Amino acid sequence: MSRAPRTLLMGFFLAWFALPFVWLLSAPFSKTPGFRLAFPDFTLENFPRLLETRGALHAFGNSLLLAGVTMIVVGLTATLAAYALSRQSFRGRDLVLYLLVLFSSVVTGVAAVVPLFTITLKLGLLDTHLGVILVLCGGLLPTAMFVIKDFVDGIPRAYEEASLMDGATPWQTFRNVALPLSTGGLAVVSLLTFVSAWDNFLIPYILLRSPERFPASVAIYSFFNELGLPFLNVLAAYALLYTLPVLALYLIIQKVFGFELYGGIKG
Amino acid sequence: MTRIRMDALTRRFGTVVALHEVSMDVQPGEFFTLLGPSGSGKSTLLRILAGLDAPSDGRLHFDADDVTRVPAWQRGVAMVFQNYALYPHMTVEQNIGYPLKIQRTRWYDITKRVKEVAEALQIDHLLKRKPSQISGGQQQRVALARAVARKPRLFLFDEPLSNLDARMRLEARSFIKKLQRDEGVTAIYVTHDQTEAMALSDRIAVLEGGHLRQVGAPREVYRNPLSPFVGTFVGHLPMNLVSGDVRGADVFVGGIRVADAGDAKGEVQVGVRPEDARWTDHGVPSRVLYWEDLGSEYLLTVDMQGQQVVVRHFGDPPKPNDPGFVLISHATVFAS
Repeated sequence: MSRAPRTLLMGFFLAWFALPFVWLLSAPFSKTPGFRLAFPDFTLENFPRLLETRGALHAFGNSLLLAGVTMIVVGLTATLAAYALSRQSFRGRDLVLYLLVLFSSVVTGVAAVVPLFTITLKLGLLDTHLGVILVLCGGLLPTAMFVIKDFVDGIPRAYEEASLMDGATPWQTFRNVALPLSTGGLAVVSLLTFVSAWDNFLIPYILLRSPERFPASVAIYSFFNELGLPFLNVLAAYALLYTLPVLALYLIIQKVFGFELYGGIKG
Repeated sequence: MTRIRMDALTRRFGTVVALHEVSMDVQPGEFFTLLGPSGSGKSTLLRILAGLDAPSDGRLHFDADDVTRVPAWQRGVAMVFQNYALYPHMTVEQNIGYPLKIQRTRWYDITKRVKEVAEALQIDHLLKRKPSQISGGQQQRVALARAVARKPRLFLFDEPLSNLDARMRLEARSFIKKLQRDEGVTAIYVTHDQTEAMALSDRIAVLEGGHLRQVGAPREVYRNPLSPFVGTFVGHLPMNLVSGDVRGADVFVGGIRVADAGDAKGEVQVGVRPEDARWTDHGVPSRVLYWEDLGSEYLLTVDMQGQQVVVRHFGDPPKPNDPGFVLISHATVFAS
């Protein structure tokens, strides 16, 4: 292929993929946003309107709560589990690891929705944040454990052995040596966990009933009128706000740990 | 100063026996070396002494305490690792102070002791750096400082010189020796390098395939090896192994008497160090095959009645194929 047609083709695909992002940036500042691209007749009115919309901000708080708690629970438990899986060899370890891979792709899928609903119902956790957090954690833990284990595997054992020889108990060794050396992997996993929980629509949509408990990902679906037409002004502004926490987290982690994260980042 | 007693220490990994009923004592304040090739079980034994591994059978005592099941962190033992294992996320100062911090020493005392140790090891100008920002030799000193900082009851060294270049190695070797003397702490040193073992140790234990072959002072192990393996492994030039025969109370090589027979009978293996054989005008008739010039001396490889023997030679070298005689002044008889 000669240069001109190739550039043209690349340009076409680039525009194709860039359009939604341009919309995301332009629509929130437009007086009359539509499903088209136009240079915005600039306004900030959409954001105050968003504040007036019932439940909009509250849903944001719910999202932060769900994603935040899930991130902390998954980060803590996955680190401890991964450390044990990496450093301790015991009967059936390989089976456990195999199951981790298996379950990481199965548990939160659409296929599991009915059993998850039934279990949550029987535990009396339907329409509670705790129920959603538990299911999210269950779904995210296997992958998280696997990623952190892989990371811990790359840290030479000699550091921990040196610490034991220096008189530190295994717990002190974990806290003073293994954990600080694992922060990179922990940061990646925390970020991915937060994003997955923040993004998740299906689980809270199925398990929550009361609108005041909806996270942003579910609440966004209530911005429609009786005819099923979207309030585009509010929707666009909301969509922009919705991406911000993930973006901020990404930037913070990049700043602190100084590495790039590629792929899998959605907002 | 701690006395160590190893009592029939055995370590099995599945069906493999890495250590086979090793029993020996290490005296208080002694510099004791475990010497052996890879797979000899020397590192396994060191890890058992450290508490990083546990024996399958046998007991281990430090003085009167049975420490066989005491975990590493309660043994009060310091170890210098082959790759130093300095904590990469801590500064040199934090690395050296870490054992003290774990002991809940007061901050003021930690700072003081770290400074003191660092000055003694001439690394006090590096305290604020990270391990990745200093050279290999400096890292090694930091590892030594960390081991010394809290005054352990026992030093363990796991091939601490093998990552240094030749010059640094000589310097670090005398350094370790001096440090151990000054601190007066019992030290156990693992190496596969017999020169290091000879130079550093009060006593050497030679291991082969998980078996303890010989324990003794360097000179004793060198002069009177108990097996052909020890004879060839210890010594910077390998010992010559030739066949001899016992007649009466004497052992003969090439018709010349070389040693007392002791209990040996019939055909025996005889070990001769290159410096115990001389190229001269009487002895066993031989022929020069080739020689190497080492500057201070020549190494002659000679054919001694069908057996190849290496001989150290000072003075002018003979020419290849020159006939002559090999005179053996000292030989070790290995009864088979």
